[in-house]
Amino acid sequence: MPEIRNYTMNFGPQHPAAHGVLRLVLEMDGEVITRADPHIGLLHRATEKLAESKPYNQSIGYMDRLDYVSMMCNEHGYVLAIEKLLDIDIPERAKYIRVMFDEITRILNHLLWLGAHALDVGAMSMFLYCFREREDLMDCYEAVSGARLHATYYRPGGVARDLPDTMPQYQASRWKSQAEIDRLNEQRQGGLLDFIERFIEKFPTKVDEYETLLTDNRIWKQRTVGIGVVSPEQAMAWGFTGPMLRGSGVEWDLRKKQPYEVYREMDFDIPVGVNGDCYDRYLVRVEEMRQSTRIIRQCVDWLRENPGPVLIADHKVTPPSRVEMKADMEALIHHFKLFTEGYCLPEGKVYAAVEHPKGEFGAYLVSDGANKPYRLKIRAPGFAHLSALDHMVRGHMLADVVAILGTQDIVFGEVDR
Amino acid sequence: MEHITTYWQALPPNLQLLLFNVGKVLAVMVPLMLSVAYLTYAERKIIGFMQVRMGPSRVGPKGLLQPIADGVKLMFKEVILPANANRFMFYLAPVLALGPALAAWAVIPFNEVAVIADLDAGLLYVLALTSMAVYGVIIAGWASNSKYAFLGAMRSAAQIVAYEIAMGFALVGVLMASGSLNLGKIVLAQQGGLLNWFWLPLFPLFMVYLISGVAETNRAPFDVAEGESEIVAGFHVEYSGIAFALFFLAEYANIIMIAALTAVMFTGGWLSPFTGVLPAGVFQWPVIGYLLGDGVHWFLLKTASFIFIFLWLRATFPRYRYDQIMRLGWKVFIPVTIIWLSVEGVAAYYRIGPWFD
Repeated sequence: MPEIRNYTMNFGPQHPAAHGVLRLVLEMDGEVITRADPHIGLLHRATEKLAESKPYNQSIGYMDRLDYVSMMCNEHGYVLAIEKLLDIDIPERAKYIRVMFDEITRILNHLLWLGAHALDVGAMSMFLYCFREREDLMDCYEAVSGARLHATYYRPGGVARDLPDTMPQYQASRWKSQAEIDRLNEQRQGGLLDFIERFIEKFPTKVDEYETLLTDNRIWKQRTVGIGVVSPEQAMAWGFTGPMLRGSGVEWDLRKKQPYEVYREMDFDIPVGVNGDCYDRYLVRVEEMRQSTRIIRQCVDWLRENPGPVLIADHKVTPPSRVEMKADMEALIHHFKLFTEGYCLPEGKVYAAVEHPKGEFGAYLVSDGANKPYRLKIRAPGFAHLSALDHMVRGHMLADVVAILGTQDIVFGEVDR
Repeated sequence: MEHITTYWQALPPNLQLLLFNVGKVLAVMVPLMLSVAYLTYAERKIIGFMQVRMGPSRVGPKGLLQPIADGVKLMFKEVILPANANRFMFYLAPVLALGPALAAWAVIPFNEVAVIADLDAGLLYVLALTSMAVYGVIIAGWASNSKYAFLGAMRSAAQIVAYEIAMGFALVGVLMASGSLNLGKIVLAQQGGLLNWFWLPLFPLFMVYLISGVAETNRAPFDVAEGESEIVAGFHVEYSGIAFALFFLAEYANIIMIAALTAVMFTGGWLSPFTGVLPAGVFQWPVIGYLLGDGVHWFLLKTASFIFIFLWLRATFPRYRYDQIMRLGWKVFIPVTIIWLSVEGVAAYYRIGPWFD
């Protein structure tokens, strides 16, 4: 009788469904997984260590690059921690802008997740449909910060600048006729708020389209219902947050439970799942996109009515305007000090967390009173989720590993940091 | 002209026969290979359209030279032999995959006379050859000495067994209805317009055959043997250059063949859907009468529509899991075919309708 051994397979790091650089060592009995061993660290960029050697503001850009599909939410967690330790309150308008962009980011993240998850399960058209809508949201990022991905828009004390009154326009080129350019630019008349409003008008119908393709699709259901079931107790024990936790039926959302910024004033619902399987988590995320649209609508309405400053006037923390600097010595000194030395945080520790699209994203900041953190610890939701991968995939088949990886919404930027 | 005829008659009869047959084979193969090449283009364009993007558009006008460029590129790439791979088997596999896909065309009737070999056991020949194709996949997966490829081969082997049976049963239904194994005769048995074709009395078998055909060609949503996002490219993960191109050609040649077979067996091959529907006088009109009447163009049109369905499925559906495919094959398709065969038996016994008389 020959010796029967399990089949060991390397899943990644170069694998189309590894969501970046996950290396998964799978021990398989035929196609059934008996053990999954995730190896991380292939995208380790020492963000936490780098932050220790830079003035606070210069690390904001690193935060974008953690979870590179929900950029502004990462910034938010970090900036919130600094503000908490500085004990400053930001202008109301900045709070609304932040909430609006948090929700835009949530849609951005969930769209990428939906596309990638569907692609993993084999429905490749979804990927392109989702990217079509992502494009518009990227344009919002671009309009407000100049960058489509790594915005570096949030600042301690508010946001970098107010919402623009005009959207960037398409320029004529030899690839596109004037008529096409005009048609493309027609969507971009008016300011950013008009653009966002047009987007949220049409977005729910697009979500309906996605749902037509997937929600009642038999194959989609066969591939996701009952796959990767996590009970509420297990989910909490593993430290799940965000849609992963809500998919298991635990109603936990920092936006409701520990409201930050102006979430208290917002009218929105928290969707929760029942069975804690991939399908429920899919439904939760799709519903979150709809709820985000609601929040954005409320923010847009408020922002239209209430102009005002978006950055506090304390020039120890925020730079003075260029105009002030031309005439005012004090302002020039402030500017110079801020961009070379930065500002010092009082001695102490602080933890601030936001409801990131993937879960609870937190920054734990230890300051020794210097102009840079003594230690910055980032709580990445994906890390906790990935640690439960072995538990979730055991007894499932190889194809389910891909579905479960997809449902976890793993991004290695934040897992490896 | 006279010279050519004299030369031709001066040749020995055996050589005449050989040349004649080679000519027939070329007359089918050359257009077939071209359609295979342009099917890849059509697929990219059609799926591109469904996915709100352009598809190939840069090589040649409207990207029309893209398949040629792809072919040239693949031909000039190195075929890498993985370490510890079985060299003979490794090179044999792509040939085994493509060979049957092309050989099966020998019995496909384009119209009453245009068929390379008018075999009386045509249906059996087709069944035998389509089952051969899986050996290419299995050997490729085994010979590559790669775990991903091996998994792909295992999946493919299990899947083909299940779907061959369902497909075979579906064909038995056609055989019972037409009373012949000869593909030309099967078409002729469906004479008399749209409603006389076998798709109507054999509708469940028609569906089973079409879906098994998708599974048989390893196309989405049954592409577990390739399983892009699970086992990367499955059985042909280690192949590169022209060896990979052969697998690719085989896949597309198989699609065309399955579509052509569906057209022949269930939708009346070259027969016009309007026979018996329009008054007979219409078919006497110049040009229009020819277009509406029976002819090879109907065969090509039907084949193209089935190919379109293949592409459409790919753009729409998620992929099945391997065990779900097996369940569908064994627990749904095979029982459906068996039940319908008995229904058909009863219908044939009582000589019901225009189909079983």
